[in-house]
Amino acid sequence: MIQYLTNNHVIVWQALQEHLYLALLPILFGFAIALPLGYLAVRFTWLYHPLINTFGVLYSIPSLALFVFLPVILGTKVLSPVNVVVALTIYTVALLARTVADGLRAVDPVVVQAATAMGYRRTRRLVDVELPIALPVILAGLRVATVSNISLVSVGSLIGIGGLGQLFTRGFQLFYLEPILIGVILSVVLAGIADLIIVLVQRAVTPWTRAA
Amino acid sequence: MKRIVAAVAMALTLTACGTNSDPLADEPAASGAAGGSVTVGSANFPESQLLAEIYSQALEAKGVKVTRKFNIGAREVYLKALQDGSISLLPEYNGALLAALSPNGIPAGVSSSDTVLAELKKVLPSGTEVLAQSTAEDKDTLTVSADTAAKNNLKSIEDLKAVAPTLVAGGGPEFTERQQGLKGLKEVYGVEFKEYKPLDPGGPLTVNALKDGDIQVANLFSTDSSIVTNKFVTLADPKNLFTSQNVIPLIRSEANNATVTGALDAVSGKLTTENLTSYLAQVQVDKKDIAVVAKAFLSENGLG
Amino acid sequence: MNFSYLTDPAHWDPSNPGSIPNLILSHLGYTALALLIGAVIALPVGLYIGHTGKGSFIAINAGNAGRSLPTLGLLMLMVTLLGLGLLPVLIALTVLVIPPILTSAYAGMRNLDHRVVDAARGMGMRPWQVLSRVELPMALPIMLSGFRNAALQVVATATVAAAVGLGGLGRLLIDGLAVNDYSRVLAGAIVVAALAVLVDLFLALIQRLIVSPGLKGS
Repeated sequence: MIQYLTNNHVIVWQALQEHLYLALLPILFGFAIALPLGYLAVRFTWLYHPLINTFGVLYSIPSLALFVFLPVILGTKVLSPVNVVVALTIYTVALLARTVADGLRAVDPVVVQAATAMGYRRTRRLVDVELPIALPVILAGLRVATVSNISLVSVGSLIGIGGLGQLFTRGFQLFYLEPILIGVILSVVLAGIADLIIVLVQRAVTPWTRAA
Repeated sequence: MKRIVAAVAMALTLTACGTNSDPLADEPAASGAAGGSVTVGSANFPESQLLAEIYSQALEAKGVKVTRKFNIGAREVYLKALQDGSISLLPEYNGALLAALSPNGIPAGVSSSDTVLAELKKVLPSGTEVLAQSTAEDKDTLTVSADTAAKNNLKSIEDLKAVAPTLVAGGGPEFTERQQGLKGLKEVYGVEFKEYKPLDPGGPLTVNALKDGDIQVANLFSTDSSIVTNKFVTLADPKNLFTSQNVIPLIRSEANNATVTGALDAVSGKLTTENLTSYLAQVQVDKKDIAVVAKAFLSENGLG
Repeated sequence: MNFSYLTDPAHWDPSNPGSIPNLILSHLGYTALALLIGAVIALPVGLYIGHTGKGSFIAINAGNAGRSLPTLGLLMLMVTLLGLGLLPVLIALTVLVIPPILTSAYAGMRNLDHRVVDAARGMGMRPWQVLSRVELPMALPIMLSGFRNAALQVVATATVAAAVGLGGLGRLLIDGLAVNDYSRVLAGAIVVAALAVLVDLFLALIQRLIVSPGLKGS
């Protein structure tokens, strides 16, 4: 394994970088889209179930199918990383919109009433009161989305884009264990680090959850 | 809120780092570099990746900027990537490429290297061209285990016709729909298998399935050293269904220039079936790294 | 969008081994086996941890640790180690379903209303009676939602089996891609998504049937 790494550090390093891009950009985009969507699903209660069900179905489309189809729908090139980024953004939104909605719905109405009574308008109340209270739930969803994105990226290797997944197919075509093992380990470590970072951020931004 | 903004800004800054290898940028097919710039692609089997790596290193040695996008998929997929400009150069096989580009089949009498090349040049997608072809050949084959061959007295694909309905075949999924595949086998030889198992194109799944008897007939490539290692028997193809398959570079015209042609012609001049087979065995059997084997090929042939 | 592959009756003929009904069957087979093995392993562990509170750390983090294992890589690793066959696919998919089942079994036991458990003890129930008649039925809704989650994931993910030469609906995706037949890929995507929805509805129905009426609406 060490020898494979010394011979191939350039390839492995590039695969790792590509993997990070492909997994984390969708998290940024997905989070930005899911926040307003989740809010809308709470604000207009009739939206909640249709939205959640739609995302449930989207989430069950196999990633490989999405990777293959997006070029047809978006008009992108077949090897464009945009396909993977868009596909994973869809999964991220599907996961996060629900947690955002659930997190906001779980805010104690008494707290909301109190904030209203103190003179908070809707937007400020959302930003200063409801979102912070919902944050632990939202961040828990973000952890799930981040970790699953990092492991899903590798499926892209079946269509020639896939970060560390390229090490899987490379090894698999030769029945050669090392590259596959290195790919799996790096992918898990990457997910672990990303998860840890979110946990640390969560501890830093929600000190009150530890007070009790 | 400020913290979130800062985090996003930081993430974007990180994104902006290392722009020289930014995978999100669609690299232009040509640039101002001295020898131009080429995006080399490959199919999803080791030989194609080895050839693509040899091309890449030969080009880099001549100062051409190379981007590698290997392991794309079957011909049906990577040709699309070539046409939309995602890649600009590929190692190809003249006969298989001709078959793929001829919806009505390869014209009768076209089977030798030269006739195939002449025919191929007529049907290439616009904006692409082939360079000089090498003498190295890698044909599709139908291969059986020594056991199956002895039991059914199989020497050529013609002998298969009678027993095929009792045999299970296997290979890459793309073999089912190709003229140089199940379609042609039925039309030319009247061979129809009991079942076809989609596995991998000339890869270890197919080889192991044949070894273990999960399949009795395999679509392997003639340069595959596992045929000799496992004492497999490759069936003769008297009706030339599998036409000549010389290794040949297929390139987008806008990426081609004198430097590129020179470098690739030199590679093709040195490639032979024998040396391709032995270098490929270093990859498949000795598990040496493709980049290392490609480098050895170039230096041992005075090209590095 | 070309639905011709999906609507061609020849592709629905059960006598053809590669037809959609047969692929659905093998797909459901992988799914059911993985869920079964996963449940046999994960349920007792999750319930035990939840019941005793020992090893909570494992239960809480199992979810994300399991999710971080790339199924495709694990599958290719297993096939390379063990050779072609059902076993590597089952291992990879089982690893996928264990975390959600384990975590939800744990959460179900942890979130019990302890007043109810105390009341059951007060009524003179023995420990195993408390477990089987009070704790388990009350933990069931959360456990089942974890099971549904696992089922949903495994239905969508079982498609990777085709990447290592096995069956299931992934064949439509892999083969369709290899021969550039988008209509086939589309058919695969639609059937998998529909199957996921149906499996989820089916499990929701079971949930409705076996969860005690006294727990509904709480």
